[in-house]
Order: sequence, then structure tokens, then C-alpha cells
Amino acid sequence: MTSAEASARPSSEVLGVPPAARTLRDRSFILLLGVLTSIALIVLAVLLIDTAIDGIPQLSISFLTSFPSAFPAKAGIESAITGTLWLMAVVAFVIVPLGVASALYLEEFADGTRWWNRTIEVNIQNLAAVPSIVYGILGLAYIVRGPLSLGRTVLAGGLTLALVVLPVVIITGREALRAVPPSIKEGALALGATRWQAIWRQILPASIPGIATGVILSISRAIGETAPLILVGAATFVAFNPTGLDSPFTALPLQIFSWISQPNDEFRMLAAAAIIVLLVILVILNAVAIRLRNRYQQRW
Amino acid sequence: MSDDELTPASTLREVSDSDSSSSEPRDEPGLPAVPGEVPAVPAGQPHAPVPVVAHADVIDDAIDNPVFITEKLSVSYGTAPAVLDVSLRVPEKQITAFIGPSGCGKSTIIRCFNRMNDLIPGAHVEGTVRYHGVDLYGSDIDSVQVRKRIGMVFQKPNPFPKSIYDNIAFGPKVLGMKGSMDQIVEEALRRASLWDDVKDRLKDNAFGMSGGQQQRLCIARALATNPDVLLMDEPCSALDPISTGRIEDLMHELKETVSIVIVTHNMQQAARVSDRTAFFIVDMGSSEEARIGRLVEYGPTDRIFTNPHDIRTEEYVSGKFG
Repeated sequence: MTSAEASARPSSEVLGVPPAARTLRDRSFILLLGVLTSIALIVLAVLLIDTAIDGIPQLSISFLTSFPSAFPAKAGIESAITGTLWLMAVVAFVIVPLGVASALYLEEFADGTRWWNRTIEVNIQNLAAVPSIVYGILGLAYIVRGPLSLGRTVLAGGLTLALVVLPVVIITGREALRAVPPSIKEGALALGATRWQAIWRQILPASIPGIATGVILSISRAIGETAPLILVGAATFVAFNPTGLDSPFTALPLQIFSWISQPNDEFRMLAAAAIIVLLVILVILNAVAIRLRNRYQQRW
Repeated sequence: MSDDELTPASTLREVSDSDSSSSEPRDEPGLPAVPGEVPAVPAGQPHAPVPVVAHADVIDDAIDNPVFITEKLSVSYGTAPAVLDVSLRVPEKQITAFIGPSGCGKSTIIRCFNRMNDLIPGAHVEGTVRYHGVDLYGSDIDSVQVRKRIGMVFQKPNPFPKSIYDNIAFGPKVLGMKGSMDQIVEEALRRASLWDDVKDRLKDNAFGMSGGQQQRLCIARALATNPDVLLMDEPCSALDPISTGRIEDLMHELKETVSIVIVTHNMQQAARVSDRTAFFIVDMGSSEEARIGRLVEYGPTDRIFTNPHDIRTEEYVSGKFG
């Protein structure tokens, strides 16, 4: 039989007919996955649409540039936005050096067979899962009062939030360092580089996109944290922008929390508007993180 | 090797030589090799089926210009020995090939020559490796100093994720070499016959090169620091035949200036490029895990391939196993 004749035959004759039961099983599984995915998406969509209906009419330049007020029509979130920016600056300033140094130590220098290094590792994994309110208590006891006695300031709030996200920064930093293949380190060492030169000039630069992604995602988590800030005593009614690290402050999630708890419906509308602003900031940060990852990610 | 070189007097001289040279910083390239400073390996090593030839026939290393001398070199990982009792002498400005089946310890031995085994947790080295008479595992030896003199090229090309220029410049920079970096980079690329391919795109990322070019870049990178020895651990196993041929041509040019030790899976490659060949084998111990590498035969490549003295070498080079 020539090949031309062979291709003329119908596929069912050549390969046989697939059993009906298998086709049915495949299709019902795909259907199940579709239903489950849409449940998650529908819940999210309802939340977003509800917030948007309440909040969008409130959004205006004056909302963004006004301070809190007892009169809903005059109230705005300028002090909350600047407070959040101050907090994030403190968080970033603390978590980048601490997180990178810890990740480098654990990944490159710590001897994993020693019990103290294993203890540190297990504890960091656990710390990442500790509820943030516990960090709030810690911040209240040791940073606001206690040894550091910083008071209810921007610095105290930022340090507390940095503690909340530090474990995640360390874990993602270690993953980024581990993603650099050992052959890079070997190549550097074989050229007569010291261990530190190999790490500082090759491994760390190669892992910066991964580390930066982890830092940005951690910051976007810190932006949304409310509980620790309530505990360290951020005010909810601050009619001025923070003037420095020692200044009292409020933050977006706190402002939202405070407005939501008001009995007046108009304040709840304002809360919805503030939620939209917070969501926009989060989406921008996450977009930057994803872009960084895709742009600089190294395929080994 | 003549009889008088085996007398105790010459042994004493050798000890004092190595002591004095290891106590001073080695800043002079190419310390003078002392001919015949170590007596030949004593016969009667416990190689399983002992061949019916004198030991010097099997381990034929009567050379007068050794760059490396190993004596009873053994490496173990954890408690399991990986390779046992390797004693051989590697000549200067020649190409020495290590061949043998997988797991025979040839890569492990080559990694003793620049102390890359230090990076593997649990690796333990016994016996001695002398480099121009200096014990590389001596207590006063800094492994970073060793690697400055002894370059290495790995099985898989491992360029840094940077520009071609920065790949070459890294070694000279960390070593603090003086002179024009542009010149150093051009010189290294020329020696690796890569200059004409890449001179117009030195700022491009090295990951955009083909596999063969990447491997030649790694060779150029190693040459940029002017090493005395180039260790090559299966440098062509990830490359196509044309790239392999170019690297073999390159090795022939390079041996004018550097000593080369190459580990290869490919017997034809060893026959084509090397001056001397060492054949290693895996001894299956009592259990499957107890696989121990041993040196079986060592000598001029021509003789190893045409007139092997050990039956196992003959079977391997004729393709009966491995």
C-alpha cells in the first residue's frame, strides 16, 4: 500500500475509536475545574464591583488632597497616603539590608549540619506564618515602649511592619540566591576569586531581580497590614502629614478601618474610595514586580 | 629513572626543596621543576588482577619535567572512598588525558589539582599532590592562590550572565592585574581564537553565544589570568563535533604555553589530542555503592592505544566495555 492510499483512510479506522467513558471523564473533569475557578472569580468580582459602585463617585482630586474631617464632604486621605509612603520607606530601608544579609548568610555561609543554623531556618519558616497582630504586640512592647521607647511614631510603625515581612524577604532572597547555578560560583572560584568576590560580584548581581521581586511583594503586603499598626498606636485622625521619623502618623488601611467603623453611611462610601486607592497602589507595585521578574529573569 | 635518584640523599633533598618553596609566597610564575625529585611508584599496588608486567611498565611516568606529582592520592566523600592510591606525574607543556568509564574518579582527581574538591562538603583528600614541588594540600597553602595559577574549564560552559568583555575581565580584576584591560581581554580572546567571532559584540551578553563559543569564552576567561596549567573537565561533552574540533585545535596551540590536563569520556579525543594518557577504572567492591576508582595504566598516548600492557586497558581502548 502506498502512503497516499494510507492517508486517505479515516483516522478512526487507523487509530480506533476512543472509549466513550474516557471522553466523558475528561470532559467532566475540565467542567469541574471551570466551575471551581469561576466561584473564586465571581466572589472577587462582586467585592470589586460593590466597592467600585460605592467608592468611584467619591474619588476626586480634593479627596486625595484633603485631611480627615468630621464632615464627610470635606474628608480626604492625604495624610493617610503620605503616612503610608513614609512607612514603606522605613520598611524598605530596613528589610533590604537585613533580608539580603540574612539570606546570604543562610545560603552561602551557614553550615546546614549545625543545630543552630537548622534552628534559625525552621524559625524563619515559622515566623513567616505568625499572625501579624503578634508582631504588633511585639512592636508595642519593645519598640513603642520598652527598650527602644520610640513612641507612636513613623519609625516605630515602620520597624514593626518590617518585622512582619522580614521572614518573607529572607525566604524569597534565599530562593533567588539558590536559583543561581553552582557552576557560576565554581567558575568564579576557579579563576582565583575569593569566596566573597564570587558572591559579591557574581552570585548577588545575578540574583538581584529575584531579590527585588521579593522585596516589592513584601512591601505590598506591608501596605495592607492594619492590625500591627492599630497595636503600635497609629492615630486614625491625623490632620497633617508626617514631618519626619518621629512624627505621629496614620496610614491608608487604618483610615479605611476607622471610616468603616463609623455609623454614618457617607463615611463608608469614603472607605470604599480609599480601598480603591489602596488597590491601585497594590496593583502598580505588583505590576512592577512582575515586570522586573520577566525582564531580568535569567534562563540558565 | 636511574638508580642514584632513588637513594635516600635525593629524597632528603626533595623534602627540603618543597619546604623552602612552600614557605615563601609563590609570586614567580613557573617555579623550576626539579627533575626526578620523587622516586617512581613502588611496585605491588593492590590493583585487583595484577598484570604480568613490571609496575613501571603500567605506570610509565619517567618524565623529567613534571608539573604535578601525585603520591598515593585518595579522595573520599564522607566515609565512602571515591578513588584510591593514584600516583602519577603530569608533564609540563604537554596534554595529559584522563580516560575511563563513568565513576572512575578521573574528574575527582583533576579537581584535586586546583583544590576544587574543597567546595564539596565531606570531601576528604589523602596522599599528596605536588605542584612544581609544592604540596598543594599543605597546611600553609591558600586554595585561592592555587587557583590563580591553575585555571579550569568545566563540562558545561558556565559563562557569567554578563557581557563577553566582563566575562573575560572578571579574573584579571579580582586578581588585581595591572595593564590595559582592553588589551588583556583582546589577548585572551585571541589566544582562544574567539577574537574574530566576537570583536564587534564585546558588550553583548555571553548567553547569546552558541555552546561552542561559550566554551571557548570559558577557555579565554581562564587564559586571561595567565595560568600555568589549564584543567579541562570533559570540555567537549556538551558540544557538537565541529565545536569539539575547534577546541581540540585550540588545545594544540595552547600547549606551547600552558600545561593541559583533560578529562574525557571520548577515547578518540584522548588519542587525537593528548601526549600522555592515564586510564582509570571503577572497582566494583563488595556492594554496588562501594565503587572505587583506581588508576590502571599511564604512559605515552601512542603506547596506551597501540600496545597497552594491562588487559583492562586493552579491553577499554578496543571498545569492549565502558
